[in-house]
Amino acid sequence: MNESLLFFLQLLITGLVIGSVYALVALGWVLIYKSTGVLNLAQGELVLVGAYICFLFSIQLQLPFIVSFILTLVASVVIALLIERLSLRPMVGEPIISTIMVTVGLSSLLRGIVIIIWGTDTRIYPSVFSQVPVYIGPIPLSRVYMTSIVFAAILLIAFSLFFKYSRTGIAMRAAASHQQAALSMGISVSQVFALSWIIATLVASMGGVILGLINGINISITLMGLKVLPAVVFGGLDSIPGAIIGGITVGVLENLCGGYFDIYFRAGVKEIAPYVFLVLVLIFRPYGLFGKPIIERL
Amino acid sequence: MPTGLFHTKYRTDERIFQTLWVRAWLVIFFILMLIYPFIVSKALLSFTNVALIFILGSIGVNLLTGFAGQITFAHGAFIGVGAYSSALFMIHFKIPFLLSMVLAGFFTSFVGMIFGLPSLRVKGFYLILATMAAQLIIEWCMYNLDFITQGSTGLIVPKASIMGFVFDSDRKYFYLLFAVVTLGVTFARNLFRTRVGRAFIAIRDRDIAAELLGVNLWKYKLMAFGLSTFYAGITGSLWGHYVGIISPEHFPLWLSLYYLGIIIVGGLGSILGSIFGAIFMTALPEILRITASYFGRIYPGIIGAITGLQEAVFGLIIIAFLIFEPDGLAERWRTIKAYWKLWPFSY
Repeated sequence: MNESLLFFLQLLITGLVIGSVYALVALGWVLIYKSTGVLNLAQGELVLVGAYICFLFSIQLQLPFIVSFILTLVASVVIALLIERLSLRPMVGEPIISTIMVTVGLSSLLRGIVIIIWGTDTRIYPSVFSQVPVYIGPIPLSRVYMTSIVFAAILLIAFSLFFKYSRTGIAMRAAASHQQAALSMGISVSQVFALSWIIATLVASMGGVILGLINGINISITLMGLKVLPAVVFGGLDSIPGAIIGGITVGVLENLCGGYFDIYFRAGVKEIAPYVFLVLVLIFRPYGLFGKPIIERL
Repeated sequence: MPTGLFHTKYRTDERIFQTLWVRAWLVIFFILMLIYPFIVSKALLSFTNVALIFILGSIGVNLLTGFAGQITFAHGAFIGVGAYSSALFMIHFKIPFLLSMVLAGFFTSFVGMIFGLPSLRVKGFYLILATMAAQLIIEWCMYNLDFITQGSTGLIVPKASIMGFVFDSDRKYFYLLFAVVTLGVTFARNLFRTRVGRAFIAIRDRDIAAELLGVNLWKYKLMAFGLSTFYAGITGSLWGHYVGIISPEHFPLWLSLYYLGIIIVGGLGSILGSIFGAIFMTALPEILRITASYFGRIYPGIIGAITGLQEAVFGLIIIAFLIFEPDGLAERWRTIKAYWKLWPFSY
C-alpha cells in the first residue's frame, strides 16, 4: 500500500472518530431544538462540564473510571434539570433572540464556573486503554479511537431505536411535531422538555468523556459547541439522522482539509474549514439535507 | 409641577427634548462634559474613554439587532476591520486621521454589506450562523494575512491627529471621542424619526407585512447592515488609535457576544439603552476586579479566578436581565422617572 493512500486513510479514520463525537453532540442539539424549539448555543459548554466532572471523579477523587463515568451521567441529569427549570422554562414564548441569548449567557456562565474551579490548563484523563494499537489491515488504529467509534455508534443506534419504537421516544416526537395536539393526547409537554434537556446533556457529557480519553481536556473543548452548528445545519436542524450524517461529514471534512491544505495556507485551516462549509451550505441548500423549507405566512 | 404635556402642534410633539427643563439639563450636561476631564481622576477618565467607545459600538449593534431585528454575531470582527483599515490607511497611504477614520467606516460598511447579503435569504437562526461564520472567517484572516495585519504580533497604530494637533493623552482623546459619540448618538436618534428608521422597525416587527406595505426588504436590510457596520468601523478606528497597538486577540467572538450583552442589558431598540448598557458593562469588569482584589486579602485564590469570574458574572447578568427585565436598563430608567414625576402622589 502506498504512502499517500495510507495518509488519506489515517486522516479519514481520525475524521470518523472526531466526527462520531460531533454526531453525538449534534444529536443532543437537534433533540433540544426539535422538542423545545430552543437553539442552544451552550451545547459545547455542556460537553465541557461533562468532561470536567468526569475528571473530578476519576482523577481528583481517585474513583475507578467506570464508577466515575456513571457518576458523571448522574451529575449531568441534575445539571440538565437545573438549566431547564431555572433558565429556559421562563423563556417559553419569548422572541428568538431572547432564548438564544439566554443560552449564550448560560454558555458564559458554565465556562466561567469551569475556569474558576479548574483553571485553563490541559488536564489528562487516566489511561484506561493500553497504548498498543490495533491493526485493521495495514492501518494502525489506537485503542481509544477504536473504542470511541464503537461506543458512539452504539449510542447513535440506541437513540435512533429509542425514538422510533419506545413509548417515551414517540411521545417526544409527537410533542416536537405539534405541541397542542400532543398535549390533548395526554403527553406532558413540560416533562418532554425536561427529558430532552436531560438526554442532550447526557450525550454531551459522553462526548466530553470520549474527547477527554482521546486528547485530555482543556477549555477549548467549548469550540465543539460551535463546530456542531455546521453539522446540524448540514443535516437540516431538526432531523436526527441528519445530525448524525452532518457530524460525521464535518469531522471527516475538517481533518481532510487540515491534512491537505495546511501546507498551502498557514495553520488553522482545520479550524476554519467547517465554517466555510457552513457558508456554502447556507448559500446553496439553506435547509440542509433533510430539513423542511419553512413557508411563511403573514 | 407638570403632570403631563399638552401638545397642540405636531412639531412640538415630535421634539426629542420636549420641555425647557430637559433642554436646560442638556446644556448643563454639555458644560459639565467640557470641564469633566479636568475634575476626574486619571483612572476614571480612561474608563470614560473606553465606555464612550463601547457606546458608539453598541449603538451600531443596536441599529442592526435592536431596531432592524437582524441578529449579528460578527460585530467584534467588523470593529476589527475598522481598526485595521484605519491604521493601514494612515500607515501605507499617508491619509490624515479624520479622513482615514471615515474611509475605515466606509470600508467596514462595504465588508459588512457583503456579509449582510445573505440576510435577505436567511433570517433568525440561519442569519446568526452566517454572521458567526463571518466573524470566524474575518478573525482567521486577521491572524493569517500577516503580511498586511502583522498577525498575532500586533500592529502599531499611529496616534490620531487633526491639523497637527495630536491626541496623545486621555484628556485630549476624551474630547475627540465625546464629539464623535455625540454625532453618532444624534444621528441614530434622529434616524428613527425618518422613513428609513421606521422601515427598519417595520422589518423587525414583521418583515413580510413590511414588504406588503411597500418597504423594499432587500434595500433596507442591506442599508441596516451598511449603517451598523459603518458605526462599527468608526468604533474600531477610534479604538485602534486609542490603544496604540492592535492584534486579532482584541476582536474575538467574545467581543461580539459582549456587544449583544450590552444592548440586552441596556434595552433592545433604544438609543438611551445602548448608552446605559455600555456604561454598565464597561464598569462591570472594573467593579469585579476591585471587589476581587478587596476579597483577595482574605481569600487569595480569588485573584487567579478573575477571568472565570468575569465570564460567569457576564452570563448570569444576561440571563437575569432576559428573565426579569427584558426591556433593559432603559425601561428601568423610565419607570424610575415616572415614579418620581408623580411622587408623592403616585397612583
